[in-house]
Amino acid sequence: MFNIDFSGEFVAFFVFSVMIISGAVLMVSFTKVVHMVVSLAAVFIGVAGMFILLNAEFLAFVQVLIYAGAVSILMIFGIMMTKHQEAETEQPRTMQETLTAIGALALFGILFYAIRQSDFPEPQAVPDGTADNTMAIGQALFTSYVVPFELVSVLLTVAFIGAIVLAKKEAD
Amino acid sequence: MLSSYLTIAAILFCVGLYGALTKRNAVIVLLSIELMLNAVNLNLVAFSKYGIMPSLTGQMFTLFSIAVAAAEAAVGIAVLIALYRARGTVNVDDYDEMRR
Repeated sequence: MFNIDFSGEFVAFFVFSVMIISGAVLMVSFTKVVHMVVSLAAVFIGVAGMFILLNAEFLAFVQVLIYAGAVSILMIFGIMMTKHQEAETEQPRTMQETLTAIGALALFGILFYAIRQSDFPEPQAVPDGTADNTMAIGQALFTSYVVPFELVSVLLTVAFIGAIVLAKKEAD
Repeated sequence: MLSSYLTIAAILFCVGLYGALTKRNAVIVLLSIELMLNAVNLNLVAFSKYGIMPSLTGQMFTLFSIAVAAAEAAVGIAVLIALYRARGTVNVDDYDEMRR
């Protein structure tokens, strides 16, 4: 169960897990909203490191660009465009928070039990696309995933035009 | 090694769930949803390497889910700014009716 060999992958995995978990826990415990966004950027970068460990280099770069760059900056803009209280000052909703914590812990318990119970068979083949991940993804994207790719471009166009229309000030 | 990645993703998902259900600031609620999406992406990529049939399909699904999540974040912030203009607050406790 805990047969740990201290290889480089294990050390990197440990560092990235500490980064992810501490960032997430700090996010729920900070009181200032800007600090929460900064700690979430640490989580996103940790997930990008995990992607590199999993031989998904292209996704790691996409993760850094989109999440650690774009989404974090977008959320900071969202915070600055609205009048945020410097800190959450109202009285804590102890009942709701306790119930939510119990529910989340129960969900984690169930998931952890399921993960520990199931035995995952060894992979049958060497994963393809390990040599040049970006090229393999590009080839898959333009051969077998052309239709979803084009649909995603339409979705992004519609979503961003819709976002501009929503956030624009009313004419009157 | 697969179960370690799944455990990390489960922790990340549960923390995101807790944040989405307890935080008052609507921006933080959106960010907690992004946290849960990241946990799912981590699962997809882990199965794409250590699953019984390793292939690129999990990474392709992750790519599409990142694109959809980016669109969701943009629209979410736009809706939030429109709501803030209408109500003057970002507190999700105050968004309890569709119109007034």
